[in-house]
Amino acid sequence: MAGLVQDWKAHKRPFAAIAGAPLFWLLLFFLVPMAIVWLYSFGENAGPADIAISGTLDNYKRATEWLYLSIFLKSLAVAALVTLICLIIGFPVAMAITFATPKWRPWLLLGIMLPFWTNLLVRTYALMVLMGTNGYANMGLGALWDGTSWLRVAVGMQPLEAWTPVQLLYNNFAVVLGLVYVHLPFMVLPLYAALDRLDKSLIEASLDLGAGHLRTLMKIVVPLAGPGILAGVMITLIPALGAYLTPDLMGGTESQMIANVIERQFKRANDWPFGAALSFLLIYAMFILIALQSMRRDKGREAH
Amino acid sequence: MALFNRTPVAPLEYTRKAWMRGWVGATMFFLYAPLLILMVFSFNDSKRNVVWRGFTLKYYEKAMENDSLVEAMVNSLTIAGLATVFSLVLGALAAVMLWRFRFPLKGAVEGTMSLPIIVPEICLGVAFLIFFAKIEWPTDLPWPLNLSAITIAHITFCFPFVAMVVRSRLESFNREEEEAAKDLGASEWQTFRDILLPHMKPGLIAGALLAFTLSLDDFVITFFTSGPDTITFPVKVYSMVRFSVTPEVNAASTILIILTIVLTAVALKLQGVKAIAETH
Repeated sequence: MAGLVQDWKAHKRPFAAIAGAPLFWLLLFFLVPMAIVWLYSFGENAGPADIAISGTLDNYKRATEWLYLSIFLKSLAVAALVTLICLIIGFPVAMAITFATPKWRPWLLLGIMLPFWTNLLVRTYALMVLMGTNGYANMGLGALWDGTSWLRVAVGMQPLEAWTPVQLLYNNFAVVLGLVYVHLPFMVLPLYAALDRLDKSLIEASLDLGAGHLRTLMKIVVPLAGPGILAGVMITLIPALGAYLTPDLMGGTESQMIANVIERQFKRANDWPFGAALSFLLIYAMFILIALQSMRRDKGREAH
Repeated sequence: MALFNRTPVAPLEYTRKAWMRGWVGATMFFLYAPLLILMVFSFNDSKRNVVWRGFTLKYYEKAMENDSLVEAMVNSLTIAGLATVFSLVLGALAAVMLWRFRFPLKGAVEGTMSLPIIVPEICLGVAFLIFFAKIEWPTDLPWPLNLSAITIAHITFCFPFVAMVVRSRLESFNREEEEAAKDLGASEWQTFRDILLPHMKPGLIAGALLAFTLSLDDFVITFFTSGPDTITFPVKVYSMVRFSVTPEVNAASTILIILTIVLTAVALKLQGVKAIAETH
């Protein structure tokens, strides 16, 4: 890493040749579209296909009505719950990969990454097939139910009534489960990256000095891997907050999240300015989360 | 035969603890069971999914005869291919730019470059919908030009990923090699082609695979930029799942899962498991 950074003024031609295309692309096909959305969020519908940018704040005012605010808060709660479940499931898995033998580690990692690379829609659909009223989840529950019923008869009690398949899909439970299923690899991979960098002799020292596994985990592993854990949390929380597909396909009418509301403004409701305002509120929420994360990280750095 | 290994468990051998193994096993089961069941039952000779009624390929035949499904698949692969090529060039240039030069507002450019990764897909999709409507992008172009709007959208969210991967590869480049080449009379372009490019190669391969997968995977952004004539595979599967679940979807999904496995195998062959793990 011979850190020889050149000044652009001394090398104007190579700089132009290298930087021109990506900067142009970023400006034209990212910043300009985002700027148009931002402007639209201050506009109103002037005709069937005409939007006047009048500088009104009505769209934002409407977004703070309880109906939309509650959906926003609910999305945040669902995303937080999904992140927490992913952390609880993912942490031991990341630990196991970190301490696996060199022969096993790549394969375990691959096992986590293959679903990560598989099409999101296909994965959601696979889960839906499993959870449908004719699916295996229902068959498994049915078998459990029949087993309980048989046990009750065996001990001389009334049998339970016959099993009727339950609706596992199209409710909040399905949305949370679907989001956990989809985002679990997002959590495990950064956790593994953080744990892998850990100095393992510190854990050994802690265990040698008489601390239990749990105490070692809380006092040594978690503080040292803190930034990595935080990164994993953010990488899961942000896409979960903006999730569209899972609540759309697996949720019911009352388990819609903010992305579904935004989509509706652009398709069925045809209220583009309001949709633009909601989009930007979602983006601002992301920015706040990221700012909080970097503040925590800087604080952590000062403490060391 | 690790199961019957009787050496005592060392303190750090968490992987050899029964509950840890059970936990990992259960997680893998959770991740793979739905996919495996989907794949197995795509060969099932029954409309209902649960009971096995014998092996058949008829849903694959049906999927292949479904012209709109095949067309969607061809569209998806075309878009992914084009988006990969453009993202690779743009991403590599962006990586070299950020790695090599000092220029005003560098921090801002770097931050903006990471925005397409952070901004929720739905917002990016909405932005492209409005943008292409606003500039009145023609929608009646002949194939494959009618895919241009979707391809442009895909390049925008793919190339920052490529830039990120390539840049982390560039960090390990030894600048002295470049200087040696120049001392020996190589031109700027020759140095780039013969010294820097070979060093970037693993990063470029990883970036290309990442871009291809991201593009092939994308539903939300495509959903907002596609028109009635420009259906991609995920958009097609979405409408099939939404409006009528047919076993053809199982067959089509299985083909896509297998494609993913093949791509991963190619990546493995080219780079080894460890290198792939590190790029994520």
